[in-house]
Amino acid sequence: MKESKIRGADIVVRALIEEQADVIFGYPGGAIMPVYDALYDYHDQLRHVLTRHEQGAIHAAQGYARVSGKVGVCIATSGPGATNLITGLADAQIDSTPLVCITGQVAAHLLGTDAFQETDVLGISMPATKWNIQVRRVEDIAPAIAKGFYIAKSGRPGPVLIDITKNAQVDFGEFNYVRCEGFRSYKTQIPVEKSAIQEAAFLINMAKRPYLLFGQGVILGKAEDELKSFLEKSGIPAASTLLGSGALSQDHPNYVGKLGMHGNYAPNLLTNQCDILIAVGMRFDDRVTGDLKRYAKQAKVIHLELDPAEINKIVKCEVAVVGDSKESLALLTEAVNQKSHPEWMAKFRELEEEENAAVITNDLKPTKAGLTMGEVIHQINQYKADDAVLVTDVGQHQMIAWRYFNYKKTRTQVTSGGLGTMGFALPAALGAQLHDYSRQVICVVGDGGIQMTIQELGTIMQTKAPVKIVLLNNNFLGMVRQWQQMFFDKRYSFTELDNPDFIKIAEAYSIKAQKVTERGDLQEAIEDMLIHDGPFFLEVVVEKEDNVFPMIATGCSVEEVRLS
Amino acid sequence: MKRYTIFVITENFIGILNRITIIFTRRGINIDALTASESRVEGIHRITIEVTATEETVIQLVNQIEKIIDVIKAFHHEDESVVYQEIALYKIPVSKLDGGLEKIIRQHNAKIIAAEPEFVVLELTGHKEQTQELLEILKEYGLLEFARSGRVAVAKRMLTIDSFVK
Repeated sequence: MKESKIRGADIVVRALIEEQADVIFGYPGGAIMPVYDALYDYHDQLRHVLTRHEQGAIHAAQGYARVSGKVGVCIATSGPGATNLITGLADAQIDSTPLVCITGQVAAHLLGTDAFQETDVLGISMPATKWNIQVRRVEDIAPAIAKGFYIAKSGRPGPVLIDITKNAQVDFGEFNYVRCEGFRSYKTQIPVEKSAIQEAAFLINMAKRPYLLFGQGVILGKAEDELKSFLEKSGIPAASTLLGSGALSQDHPNYVGKLGMHGNYAPNLLTNQCDILIAVGMRFDDRVTGDLKRYAKQAKVIHLELDPAEINKIVKCEVAVVGDSKESLALLTEAVNQKSHPEWMAKFRELEEEENAAVITNDLKPTKAGLTMGEVIHQINQYKADDAVLVTDVGQHQMIAWRYFNYKKTRTQVTSGGLGTMGFALPAALGAQLHDYSRQVICVVGDGGIQMTIQELGTIMQTKAPVKIVLLNNNFLGMVRQWQQMFFDKRYSFTELDNPDFIKIAEAYSIKAQKVTERGDLQEAIEDMLIHDGPFFLEVVVEKEDNVFPMIATGCSVEEVRLS
Repeated sequence: MKRYTIFVITENFIGILNRITIIFTRRGINIDALTASESRVEGIHRITIEVTATEETVIQLVNQIEKIIDVIKAFHHEDESVVYQEIALYKIPVSKLDGGLEKIIRQHNAKIIAAEPEFVVLELTGHKEQTQELLEILKEYGLLEFARSGRVAVAKRMLTIDSFVK
């Protein structure tokens, strides 16, 4: 498809269209203005959403990518525009979210001279990107974007940054787009070794108390069906990491709960009683393992993982099955015996009852006066759609929402897992919603985190994205306060917040808002919110000093998980 | 802790060295020496890194280096499985050049590679222990300047670069 020469900026936009980007997020500025000029011409083919801050743009792109499985795209200018992307890049890097970020850069002849809004974004973003590149010539734009999309979405996904100098954007070049399908230094698919499958199957077939942990790798590898088939044939109980939630419906009989510092009681405790531990698409984060010296020492570990650098990084494994989880789980399902483990499964159910009695009942159906975060999520479960997306920020509300949200479908969980980025939820929910206006997107957020990116209410107003925002307000940085209570003698150092009138703020952005302070009003408010056609802001004032349990305190073993 | 040589076969792109050193920086590991140059295949560079660490750490470093998009292959070797050399240059005032020094030069297999009115430059190629030994001696001879390269090394294993580049 050769034709006469077009501007570099037009090449950028047409390349994005070739890569099937449909909604992109960004913020204009000097060094990216030619691209914005081009976006004006292509607005019927490519929808650009103006956020209120570049951090909002990249988190929105992350939210979009996480629910759609597509590459999220955002655009920013040079200097401060580019540096405002860094938190989102680091977040996407640690949570394996495919992104292509395009930044403007000063003209090539000014590079290195401290020109206006010049910053070494290549250097700054290097540790926070899967790949980055600076493009200084118009003819290099299209190949860089093609390569960037390929790298972002293939293998273990991640963020890519493409920095384009202003001269390259305004120069004219030919547009002859060729999608990248691989190159010699980058291997995306490692064929699964059959011998590893045989070894793994041998161990699994001998096991008395096998136990499977699944992470986001199952979702990224589109291996949800394979996971389900494997569990149904092998009869193995399975627990989810934070980002793995949704890969298996919580109604599935093999599902036993959630792992980690604030996960469920049984899945943590019984990690130290299984004989075979099968980890699928997860990386043994320290929030999952607790004290490593006392983590699953009795068990032989089988690690199914795409990224060879994760093998033996944290937990040494007996058998490593390197490769795509979709392929390895299917092969493993063929190789294992049909089995069930009723006694072992019953152990999980027994401990589940203990957790119900000690924690969950009080959280979901409290008898005390103050509202709990748990009962809010419980009420949401009653009215939400099966494929509703839960977007959370970071802190107590995140852990409670994760614990109690009833995950039934894949790609319904959007949260900042590895990096723990406060301020993530509101823009990420916007991005998730803009991928599909018809899907229910519920953004649960705390009073601390929402104020980090609250300006994105403006973007919600402008796009009319029907995001349902649930602010769980305890007028505290609750998770830090909980730690101060438990480990720092209740010295509440700089964690209490004097908050603004959030309802007025939401209303100032023309968003329908309601505040709930009494239990009796909660159910109706949630029902009203979920049927409302358009964005809705629901503030629920919750108990000021509630804590999240169970908890594995720092330095403790998974078997020391506390119920109070 | 042991001394290891890490070989990195990589595309010759801007910033690649930076990406590699970040992996060491993140873990707080010091690079003892580093050399980089074009390999025998055009466009492909070969980086040799000398590091002192446990094997477990080195394996993880190598895995993470290999994960870099533009890196083609990375390996690690113990000293015994590589043949390696370093080059050292010593600048000595001409006034100190006498029979005694000439004998030392011969004994160490060093050679004079430049002679200027005020100074001579000696060169010695060998392992670090050897270049270090000569350094200690030459300090007594008014050593003006000293420079030593990083390690260049080849593996004893019979593998060629072509098997990684397809």
